[in-house]
Amino acid sequence: MSQNTNKIMAWIDDRLPVTQTYEKHMSKYYAPKNFNFWYFFGVLSMLMLVNQILTGIWLTMQFTPSAEAAFASVEYIMRDVEWGWLIRYMHSTGATFFFVAVYLHMMRAILYGSYQKPRELIWIFGMLIYLALMAEAFMGYVLPWGQMSYWGAQVIISLFSVMPYGDLLTEWIRGDFLISGATLNRFFALHVVAVPLVIVALVVMHLLALHEVGSNNPDGVDIKKHKDENGKPLDGIPFHPYYTVHDLVGIVVFLMVFCTVLFFFPEGNGFMLEYANFEPANGLKTPEHIAPVWYFGAFYAILRAVPDKLLGVIAMGAAIAVLFVLPWLDRSPVRSWRYKGIVSRIYIVIFGFNFALLTWLGTQPATELLTLIAQIASVIYFGYFVFLPLAPKFEKTKPVPERVTGGH
Amino acid sequence: MSQDGVNKARRTLLVGATAGVGAVGAGFLAVPFVKSWMPSEKAKAAGAPAKIDVSKVEPGAMVTAEWRGKPVYVARRTEDMLNTLEGLADRLKDPENANKAQQPEYADNLYRSRKPELIVLLGVCTHLGCAPKYVPEVEPQPFDPNWQGGWFCPCHGSRFDLSGRVYGGSPASDNLVVPAYMFESDNVVVVGVDEENA
Amino acid sequence: MKLGMKKIFALVAAFVPALALAAGSSVPLDEHLTDLHDTASLQRGAQTFANYCMGCHSMEHARYNRVAKDLDIPEELMMENLVFADKKFGDKMTIAMDQVDSKRWFGATPPDLTLVARVRRPDWLYTYLRSFYEDDSRPWGVNNVVFKDVGMPHVLAELQGNQVLGTALVEEGFDTLTGQPIMVEKEHVLYIEEEGTLSADEYDKLVYDLVNFMVYMAEPIAVERERLGWWVLLFLAIFFVPVYFLNKEFWRDIK
Repeated sequence: MSQNTNKIMAWIDDRLPVTQTYEKHMSKYYAPKNFNFWYFFGVLSMLMLVNQILTGIWLTMQFTPSAEAAFASVEYIMRDVEWGWLIRYMHSTGATFFFVAVYLHMMRAILYGSYQKPRELIWIFGMLIYLALMAEAFMGYVLPWGQMSYWGAQVIISLFSVMPYGDLLTEWIRGDFLISGATLNRFFALHVVAVPLVIVALVVMHLLALHEVGSNNPDGVDIKKHKDENGKPLDGIPFHPYYTVHDLVGIVVFLMVFCTVLFFFPEGNGFMLEYANFEPANGLKTPEHIAPVWYFGAFYAILRAVPDKLLGVIAMGAAIAVLFVLPWLDRSPVRSWRYKGIVSRIYIVIFGFNFALLTWLGTQPATELLTLIAQIASVIYFGYFVFLPLAPKFEKTKPVPERVTGGH
Repeated sequence: MSQDGVNKARRTLLVGATAGVGAVGAGFLAVPFVKSWMPSEKAKAAGAPAKIDVSKVEPGAMVTAEWRGKPVYVARRTEDMLNTLEGLADRLKDPENANKAQQPEYADNLYRSRKPELIVLLGVCTHLGCAPKYVPEVEPQPFDPNWQGGWFCPCHGSRFDLSGRVYGGSPASDNLVVPAYMFESDNVVVVGVDEENA
Repeated sequence: MKLGMKKIFALVAAFVPALALAAGSSVPLDEHLTDLHDTASLQRGAQTFANYCMGCHSMEHARYNRVAKDLDIPEELMMENLVFADKKFGDKMTIAMDQVDSKRWFGATPPDLTLVARVRRPDWLYTYLRSFYEDDSRPWGVNNVVFKDVGMPHVLAELQGNQVLGTALVEEGFDTLTGQPIMVEKEHVLYIEEEGTLSADEYDKLVYDLVNFMVYMAEPIAVERERLGWWVLLFLAIFFVPVYFLNKEFWRDIK
């Protein structure tokens, strides 16, 4: 029996490198043994990507992408299609948890310097995924054609009007003089076909680049420096089975949280499914308070913090763009925050909480006080990227150990 | 990393348990995705039993109604027409309703109906699904010189008698389907529902 | 105000929380303790909706048969009492009112109400339906505290009676010595000038049931969703056991 299996595998391997690929990426991919809690979020992002694609395909089967029928077809899915409500909530809740996982995954990279040499490309691919994900989520939110879909699209597309030939550009994006069925239809095509293809391709690149240089770890040390007689890193362990069984624990716990929200708070208190979006799109009546879905909050807060349309858009764009050059801004000789100076360590924590604060601010109505707070928070946000290249000039780092610490 | 003293049995058990429970979970998860392909409430509402008022159907005439997007024929046969049915057995493929799937029990008779004169048929040819044409006149036809009245399918020439039974030599193999139906009153037929599947 | 003090006192109490308004659009709302498991309440709400609301407002995303099934209403009873004559049991709850006509009558087409409880939230609906007051300057002779210059008549007026907004004596605590309620004169208070067919409590109850029904309609799966949620979490908890020990077992290897 196993003799035959081996023969079949050999036959396939001569034609397609299945075993070799499996070994390279799973059973002989050596990952540092000291991964901690933060290292769950890569695989969790992947889990949510699969969730979104699967439920998305199923929603496409029942959704009608037209201005006249989109809203009703979502309610049709929620009421008339057997189990349609569950598939829809899996998709809408999945969007939130995708972003939760991605944000924590990014924070992990910032904490442990995972973007530093030689992992710049991994970070760049990751940022491109994040950018595509934002486009994907934005266009997906337009599809139910509720009030927030409509007015959210109106606001976001208007951002492009600050660019040269802005009016022409916004008309081109909308395919009309206002947000209309034409906009909905093209967003549908992009949301269900084009952008997902791009995201999947980028995820493959992200992983290939990662497996080429190997994973970083909470100490930021290079495990390839110390290898045993067989050439295996002393602090590395095969991804499979050790991290597959490890990730499984994280996946089950994550699914518990995911399902709690999905089954008991599918509206996410108005942060995930906004109340106004249960009203069909009406181009003549703006909702009282237009807020983005929570995962865009931070950038929206930065946009509003600047009291000038053009500069606001520039600030928002810069807030995203500056992340791309993070690998070259961080001049620290060490990767992990564990071995950076005290100011760096404090600022990195502030940066994380500050981003959460901005996220919350973006979902709130802009009062005078909140706008002031948003302005301060924006300065703190950008300040981090000014601080990073300067830090090594006035701050000493701690000695980095030769081998990884902690773990098991 | 060391594999010394590994309790292999324990590992096998845990792998098996995890895979087993995981497979059960995957099975549960598949249910919504599979079931969402079933006819929706909208489809069911559209496919709800159809009521047909037969009071206006003259003897010898036929009306066409719709049920689940399919044509339903209701014909009121005259005494003469019913008399044609007896002697046709030799020319038919299934004169005795041997294929029980083609009619409910209460229509398993010579007239293939609850009331002899009133026949209810799905207007879907059992060959490839065209709608057969009602040709009640007993007179020679281009497609049958000895035509005794019935339905003729224009697509591929299948012929059925006035009980919807298929003639020999037709491409169709089965008699026309009698759907589940019942009389709500003397003049109202409800198609798609009967005593057994209300 | 030439009203009997007693009357005002009796009727005002129920409305006080809704009333500190006047300034700003955010009126404090009365809480609606939604209970989707109270089938009797949902049935009464459905009846009220069919009798008083469905003349103008549709629930076009919902179907009669689903409501009947979820609310344990037998088909015959449903067809007799809640379904319009020309409708079938499996039909959607649309209405026949012409949109152009309705726009002429009300200034706007009465909105579909299937999802209104998800848009406005239960507390708002509960307060809104109890906050109409007499205002002769409006086309229908009524205005609303939580929805200023609303284009809708007070269709439940015969039940609630004639409510007005004005100055009235309001009970504010009790005198500790005599045990008598302390009455304070307040401005911008809603009170019933002329009683309707229901008492204030009965009317609140009716509106409570109606809003309960609207919450059900906005998401008919809600009860089933939560019921299923517990099973899913139970399954994950069971799944966690082998997964946890599997991880522990393999990581024994790692020193």
